[in-house]
Amino acid sequence: MIVADKKPIEEIIEEIKDFKKILILGCNECVTVCEAGGKKEVGILASALRMYFLNEGKDVDIDERTLERQCDHEYLEEIRDIIDGYDAVVSLACGVGVQFTAEKYFEIPVLPGVNTCFLGATEKRGVWTERCQACGQCILAFTGGICPVSRCAKRILNGPCGGSSKGKCEINKELDCAWQLIVDRLKALNRLEDYEKLFSIKDWSHDRAGGPRKVEREDVQL
Amino acid sequence: MRLKYPTSIKIVRVPCTGKVDILHILRAFEKGADGVYAVGRMEGDCHYNSGNFRARKRVEQAAELLDKVGVGGERVRMYNLSSGEGPKFAEYAVEMYELIKQLGPNPIKKSKAKKEAA
Repeated sequence: MIVADKKPIEEIIEEIKDFKKILILGCNECVTVCEAGGKKEVGILASALRMYFLNEGKDVDIDERTLERQCDHEYLEEIRDIIDGYDAVVSLACGVGVQFTAEKYFEIPVLPGVNTCFLGATEKRGVWTERCQACGQCILAFTGGICPVSRCAKRILNGPCGGSSKGKCEINKELDCAWQLIVDRLKALNRLEDYEKLFSIKDWSHDRAGGPRKVEREDVQL
Repeated sequence: MRLKYPTSIKIVRVPCTGKVDILHILRAFEKGADGVYAVGRMEGDCHYNSGNFRARKRVEQAAELLDKVGVGGERVRMYNLSSGEGPKFAEYAVEMYELIKQLGPNPIKKSKAKKEAA
């Protein structure tokens, strides 16, 4: 999932201080799972902001709404009838949701309520770690199911580098060396011969190096 | 025991303090409560293992938020006692009552009244 983290409330207050009618818009997908922008977080933020503006003596209306997703037209259409009643929207969705909402409702400022961090997994409640950088050409089949692009600080394809020590990475003693993990897993899978194969230069044009990307599939288009 | 505690305290029963969310605490203040406190079992005695630890964390987070929005984080507290400690329950109720009396009313109430008068 896309992992996001809460923005400090002071930053959100700064974003919205000049508006009178504000919609806090949550998303039921990834940000709900990582407890940053779901219905509950929308409620907490809205309640806190209402109290803040009341205390400041400012007449600001703050409403709450959470959509199934903010990255699909059909769900975003659900607020079309009410959107004109607001001066601004604080979206607690990931950066995709914020932008898609902004594109759809061009005249209304849509402000981010979370910091979008990475594509990751829930290690345990309250701990999320990165697993994928969406490089566009998956090589997990050859690396024992462990991704050196997202988990190696240097993104090297023929590792480990000299900074690997006792299975940890030189940038952080708590960070596992991705290539150590790869070797360990290949050993467990009895496929160490995969480690012998050298990766040729990766075509990074499928990554961000090729500019903003697009997936177009005629087979599923209407 | 017929113990006495201040009548202004309204009890909201929950199956475990682990049910108490930051949102419940904030909403109480938004609706005009002058203070909120959660009373859980002794630490380590939770029937659901960690409910009272969760509650404590949420109380702390609510306090932090209340500080930032100008209501005051000192208005929210967490207490722990066992189900056999009725006198302690009454004692904590008095302690909270005294604390709130000292802090005065929830500033939201005043702001709300001002807004409604305008």
